[in-house]
Amino acid sequence: MASDKGDPGQKSQKFWENFMKTLFFISALTSVIAVFLICIFLFAGGIPAMFKIGLFEFIFGRKWAPNDVPPLFGILPMIMGSIYITGGAIAVGVPTGILTAAYMARLCPQNLYRVLKPAVGVLAGIPSIVYGFFGMVVIVPLVSQVFSANGNTILSASILLGIMILPTVIGISETAIRAVPESYYEGSLALGASNEWSIFFVILPAAKSGILAAVILGVGRAIGETMAVIMVAGGQPRLPNSILDGVRTLTANIVTEMPYAADLHREALIATGVVLFVFILIINLLVALLKRGGN
Amino acid sequence: MKPIKKPLGHFLALITKAAAATTFLVMAFLILYILINGLPHLTPSLFEFKYTTKNVSMFPALVSTIIMTALSLIIAVPLGAFAGIYLVEYAKKGNRTVKVVRVTAEALSGIPSIVYGLFGMMFFVTYLKWGNSILAGAFTLSIMVLPLIMRTTEEALKSVPDSYREGSFGLGAGRLHTIFKVVLPSAVPGILAGVILSIGRIIGETAALIYTAGTVTEMPQNVFSSARTLSVHMWALTGESLHKNESYAAGVVLLILVVGINSFSAFIAKKFIKEGK
Repeated sequence: MASDKGDPGQKSQKFWENFMKTLFFISALTSVIAVFLICIFLFAGGIPAMFKIGLFEFIFGRKWAPNDVPPLFGILPMIMGSIYITGGAIAVGVPTGILTAAYMARLCPQNLYRVLKPAVGVLAGIPSIVYGFFGMVVIVPLVSQVFSANGNTILSASILLGIMILPTVIGISETAIRAVPESYYEGSLALGASNEWSIFFVILPAAKSGILAAVILGVGRAIGETMAVIMVAGGQPRLPNSILDGVRTLTANIVTEMPYAADLHREALIATGVVLFVFILIINLLVALLKRGGN
Repeated sequence: MKPIKKPLGHFLALITKAAAATTFLVMAFLILYILINGLPHLTPSLFEFKYTTKNVSMFPALVSTIIMTALSLIIAVPLGAFAGIYLVEYAKKGNRTVKVVRVTAEALSGIPSIVYGLFGMMFFVTYLKWGNSILAGAFTLSIMVLPLIMRTTEEALKSVPDSYREGSFGLGAGRLHTIFKVVLPSAVPGILAGVILSIGRIIGETAALIYTAGTVTEMPQNVFSSARTLSVHMWALTGESLHKNESYAAGVVLLILVVGINSFSAFIAKKFIKEGK
């Protein structure tokens, strides 16, 4: 290589090294720029409306009636709708998910694992529109038959979302359970505890921060879900009295009314997106804190 | 103590089995239900070149889906892969920029698709004046899959043993040469698995596209045409109670596409891991 000194070939090589390095660096900044742009546009589009409506009236207003004179833009029903449905999804999906993860990580025979693992992968890959359709043609009629009521309810949406968050909860819980050192399990066995006892009272508690992260990510998935929820939850913008009432979530509010919204109404919908975004940011923050605590 | 624990142990074993069985049965039921009810409705008229209100053809939507996927990947794959290369091959440990990149990428992967849709509508459609178009949809989706491609690239590059790099440097090769000729070739299957996973997400996406690419049923003329992908097509059909059978048919095609693509990705990743060992 010594003979290459001052050679134009080496000069151009140096140029390419630096050029590509800069290109790689700029590419790495894309995600930073994207998050920055998303924040700017979302906040600039939504926050003025919040102040025009009144921050308190917007978030705690009990009535959403954009076509009234004067129009009312209270999103409390939608916030509660999102919270109820997410709570329901957690009630359905989290116990099933954690138990399935425990079974897959510790109890299940090898050849059964080879069936279960891809099955969870398939659940994770199904598009939300297909889930929503399934909810519409199977879960809604079922709920309607059992309770002889309209089937588009909090209950139907909770069941459907409970299924949809399963892969998230199972995947992350399984990783967390597998990360518990084998010595914990062996120690418990040596003290005379049974296999199942050791799993439930030694391994699961030791994996709790990972499992909690799984639950929080499940909450994030449930609260942000849009299409499937619209198709089964009914969509009425009012505070529900029971789980057999229909509700509208924050996400549903945006998609349902955007086609015919203008001016303040449209801005109020973007502001609904801001509220959703803030929820998600809080959830991300919680997960990040948990991860830091875990390390 | 043992006699007390034993029934509890059986109970605990039983509920984990029941939960795993539920998960599996729900998956099987969902897939079979859509397939059995949908396959009979996959008629040739659904694949006619031109959409009319009579044939409700999904063919233009299929073409739009392919264009949308290709365009999103053209944007997202180089950016995501280059970002991954920077993070693994160039960035020094503890670098503050790297930390910011990681945090923002993680934030991106948590943002719901409807928020991407809102952003795409305000930025690409309105602010950049692209209108409802495939281009606006593809840019929106490329931001959405960016973190996925970044992460899989990073993982694939990290799994390449350092001895490869050292060997290449030792032979006098530069950093760039080492990356493109030595490191990347052995990381390609891992990156590919991530790309295929992204294809699955793009095909299945609805909420981010309704207000960026629009819901036009016609065959797209160019990237500035508004068009609906198959998922958006299915969404539009479910809104009209007349088209339940066509919704089933669209559901079948979507399901086969997405599940097939994801399995293919898993297969490549698995093969890659085996060969790596």
